[in-house]
Amino acid sequence: MHIVVCVKQVPDSQSVKFDQNTNVMLREGVASILNPFDAYAVEEALRLKEKLGGSITAISMGPAQAESALREAIAMGVDKGILVNDPALAGSDAWVTGYVLALAIRKLGDAGLVICGKQGADGETAQVGPGIAAHLNVPQITYVRKIDEIDDKHLVAQRLLEEGHEFIDSSLPCVLTVVKEINEPRIASLKGKMAAKKAQIVKWTVLDIGADPAKVGLGGSTTKVLKIFAPPARQGGQIFTGEPEQVIGRLVEQLKDVVTAAAK
Amino acid sequence: MSGSIDLYKDVWVFAEQNNGKILSVTFELLGEGRKLADSLGVNLCAVLLGSGIQDKAQDLAARGAQKIYIVDKPELAVFNDESYTAVLVDLVNKHKPGILLCGATTVGRSMSARAAALLNTGLIADCVGLVIDPATKNLLQTRPTLAGSLMSTSVTPGHRPQMATVRRKVMKEALLDTGRNSEILLQEVAAEVLKSRTKRLKLEVEAETTVNIVDADIIVSGGRGMQNAEGFAILRDLAGVLGAGVGASRAAVDSSWIAYSHQVGQTGKTVCPKIYFACGISGQIQHLAGISASDIIIAINKDPDAPIFKIATYGVVGDLFKLIPILTQEFRKLLKK
Repeated sequence: MHIVVCVKQVPDSQSVKFDQNTNVMLREGVASILNPFDAYAVEEALRLKEKLGGSITAISMGPAQAESALREAIAMGVDKGILVNDPALAGSDAWVTGYVLALAIRKLGDAGLVICGKQGADGETAQVGPGIAAHLNVPQITYVRKIDEIDDKHLVAQRLLEEGHEFIDSSLPCVLTVVKEINEPRIASLKGKMAAKKAQIVKWTVLDIGADPAKVGLGGSTTKVLKIFAPPARQGGQIFTGEPEQVIGRLVEQLKDVVTAAAK
Repeated sequence: MSGSIDLYKDVWVFAEQNNGKILSVTFELLGEGRKLADSLGVNLCAVLLGSGIQDKAQDLAARGAQKIYIVDKPELAVFNDESYTAVLVDLVNKHKPGILLCGATTVGRSMSARAAALLNTGLIADCVGLVIDPATKNLLQTRPTLAGSLMSTSVTPGHRPQMATVRRKVMKEALLDTGRNSEILLQEVAAEVLKSRTKRLKLEVEAETTVNIVDADIIVSGGRGMQNAEGFAILRDLAGVLGAGVGASRAAVDSSWIAYSHQVGQTGKTVCPKIYFACGISGQIQHLAGISASDIIIAINKDPDAPIFKIATYGVVGDLFKLIPILTQEFRKLLKK
């Protein structure tokens, strides 16, 4: 089976620092990494390939430096990386991203399964996976925690719901978005890293994938960001120290009304 | 979307139901939707999909829905991404709402993302603030981004409906509003709209999620400081007395002390309880992103320098294995359990 994994390059939130006074993010020196949620998608594709054979293509839409996210995926074992890269794509929103990735997948022609992370660690929209499925007119299963069965025609996957797990049968091709629980992504081997360094990343433009120029980029986006601001800072409150019985007594005194109201 | 955006008027709320029970987030959306509808001078409507759910229209009418669109079909008995989305898209194309709100639940987020792509319109996920811009009459949608470290306000200026998923427990539930006349509009859809290529085989309800953390008013959460899986026993005791949900940090879940479904934070669930107990949790930014909307945060940690104390409403520095059993005992007395 030809499996497609959609990946994104995101700022490494571990390295993001904030101005203590203004709460504004300090962008300088922030490293870019493969979206951590996408690593689970890559790992799941690798495990399926080990079982079913076939090949894996990783696709990303982004600026030239997003190549490094594709190389990370190749280092883990993905066969091929495609970057949809075009100045016309700058400022694209989630709608456009789903549209563009769907067209790139359609151009590949033979994808049996598309796997995405549950969301980008930066924008956290969780919209691109279902967007791709909608544009390709294929079924979707979101928040997948386990794939129980798979063959050429269908799969059975478990979706994480608020109240438990739902077992869903889907025909193939389909789009899955996966959660962290599904696996533990492998660390790239030295050999993988060497291969990633040498790999030729295929580049496609808006024209290559046949996208309508009016539907991409800032102009084609359905949504516009008006402003970005720091959230109101949450202030630390009272700290109790001392003998356990005493401090708990003081804490319970503070909480008793709200606990009595909230406890059922 | 089809036709001029001026044709799109009313405010719609997707009425999410599970086993015939309307979820509380639906009432929160009706509360917020009422404000939006009043400021635009349009109707507040609800869309209810399911099987054998027509009697639930009363619950929606009682919370201020003026028109209730119902599609009642056996195929819609449980949520299905394809058929629910197709039905919703069909109704939107027919009736042209200006705004469409869904809860930011698993169902709401999966369905609205698919629907927005098919409707060629904008969707803003996980909103915590909605207001009509007095100048343009557009919906200003505010949401947290980048692990809650920034907020952004967006609009969908040229496409309709303006779609949003809204975080649970942020908006106030609509009050009972029985004075209005509500119209119940049973809708028919073409057979192919109900078709789907996926099928639910079964649902496994997780044993420990008796109190679901996304709905819980009180959450007792543990982190690395719980030391091992057995350490969570004292948290379950406290949670049991309080009727609380049990949560965990990423560190505790990664150590396999508790299942992933309990994980709170960016990689897990975003919660919004009245009281959040963070026990032995240091307070990484990714964890704080998931709890920052809690009314009261209580940190119990032996390390006085743990970042969690910087945002906790009340902090207790000390040995949680001594402190928590005393706390449980005190609450048991208080609640006469």
